Amino acid sequence: MKDIALVLPEIVLLSLAGLILVVDLFVARNQKWFSYACGIGALLWTAVYVYAPAAPLDAVVPSSAFVGLVVVDGVATLLKLAILLSAAVALCYSWTYLRKHQLDNGEYVALVLFGALGMMVIASAASMLTAYLGLELLGLSMYALVALKRGDRTATEAAMKYFVLGALASGLLLFGMSIIYGATGSISLTAISAALGKANSTAVALGLIFIAAGVAFKLGVVPFHMWVPDVYQGAPTAVTLFLGTAPKVAAFALAYRLFGTGLTPAAQDWSVILAVIATLSVVLGNLVAVVQTNVKRMLAYSAVANMGFLLLGFVAGGQTGYAAALFYAIAYAITGLVSFGILVLLSGRGIEFEQIDDLRGLNARSPWYAFLMLLAMFSLAGIPPTIGFWAKLSVIEAIVGAGYTWIAVIAVLASLVGAFYYLRVVRVMYFADPTDAGIALPSRGATTLMSVNALAILVLGALPSSIMALCARVLQSS
Amino acid sequence: MLPVPTLNSYLFVAAALFTISVIGIFINRRNVIILLMAIELMLLAVNLNFIAFSSYLGDLSGQVFVFFILTVAAAESAIGLAILVVLFRNVRSIDVEQIGTLKG
Repeated sequence: MKDIALVLPEIVLLSLAGLILVVDLFVARNQKWFSYACGIGALLWTAVYVYAPAAPLDAVVPSSAFVGLVVVDGVATLLKLAILLSAAVALCYSWTYLRKHQLDNGEYVALVLFGALGMMVIASAASMLTAYLGLELLGLSMYALVALKRGDRTATEAAMKYFVLGALASGLLLFGMSIIYGATGSISLTAISAALGKANSTAVALGLIFIAAGVAFKLGVVPFHMWVPDVYQGAPTAVTLFLGTAPKVAAFALAYRLFGTGLTPAAQDWSVILAVIATLSVVLGNLVAVVQTNVKRMLAYSAVANMGFLLLGFVAGGQTGYAAALFYAIAYAITGLVSFGILVLLSGRGIEFEQIDDLRGLNARSPWYAFLMLLAMFSLAGIPPTIGFWAKLSVIEAIVGAGYTWIAVIAVLASLVGAFYYLRVVRVMYFADPTDAGIALPSRGATTLMSVNALAILVLGALPSSIMALCARVLQSS
Repeated sequence: MLPVPTLNSYLFVAAALFTISVIGIFINRRNVIILLMAIELMLLAVNLNFIAFSSYLGDLSGQVFVFFILTVAAAESAIGLAILVVLFRNVRSIDVEQIGTLKG
């Protein structure tokens, strides 16, 4: 019974997702808001189940269930809360967009819920098996979500590319896992960590390379980033919004579980691999984003650069490094919800915010939304006093503390290049002549939620210490 | 009498299958179906690896892992083929070269 109690949130979410899938069949075509409301309710209810036995987060006693397949600790709880809340917010933003584009079927809700379930499984994975299963549940839901707009050529193309490269990544990851299993004789991450010292070092190094390649694919960092811009651009913006936020938190969870708990004794091997990957993606992501004209594609390259930054936290290693990466993931998810959320909310029937030029003179058309977008861009560029500044600062601090000063210098220089294209969006919004194209007026509820979401960037940026300290304490307790 | 295969022979076959499938994904320029076949082959190579290690180590968890990989592989090919069908309806082709409108 204790085991069941520990995975109760996952059971609740799975049952509700299945229930919504069935109930949606009986909901009339023009009443689909009901399925969306149920989906948001299911995510929030699960969040209550995650939080209620765990409060306060930094006092969670790590406990494992099902012969060490699953672990529930402070990190898992915090990650699950972040995943569930950002998925719920993404659902709120996407509803009107999907309705106006006639994509408002119940499958969207069910797939988002199953994806969130996969991410929760990754967050509490204590074995390579659970990590893999969570990853696949997330991946399979995402492939189907990207192909949601069935009649659209670019969307289906993007889905195919995402599918092939995602399956390739799973294959690489699994091959690495099988080698690590052969070298250590176990699939449990704690047992692997204990046995790694005595294992054949050549086999471990080979396994590590494959696992690092697989994780890098899933994170979307150089040299495995090819799918990111295509998928971000090709998918309907509402799907991009979901894809670009909660799964980034799950990507942290995957890297933390595999590298931070399972393969820690081999840290000097993988930190070299990750250092190269992370530095390359910070540089390349920021440089290529400069020449983009499509705003979704630009944000995709920005995601490549940001995931590189997140990995730098792992390169630094230790509690400080992981805490910095965790804070970075959460800060990025909050900011991503604003930047993609505004594109989703302002798009309507026949109005699509796709190109940077579509944002021309947004200030004249909707000053409040232009201001909220400005906050998101400042946060992505790392300009104080936004949360993105503190996220970048804590990663840089961790990496300098670990002795990689030259990487820190490269990362800061690349971020300066990055500031250029974020500020270009701000310039276009405030100083360019407005276009004739209208904007869809978001409902009052959506505007309120978006304002709270965007002002969180500012408020958490002004008072970052509480959330940063929470990240550090949560990591210490698990 | 044939020699009894050792662990290394199994690992060699698995590595060969894995390499064939990776090459199949990267140099295949014609057919999306071949891509899907290469992906299946890759997962089977991993399964062979897991089973060889599991039998060598006398530990069952590797074989349990294989059951899950088989199940996931089935779900994965179902979704892959479904995406292929919608793609074919839009592009009227399953040629890899035809799938390239997203660039930059």
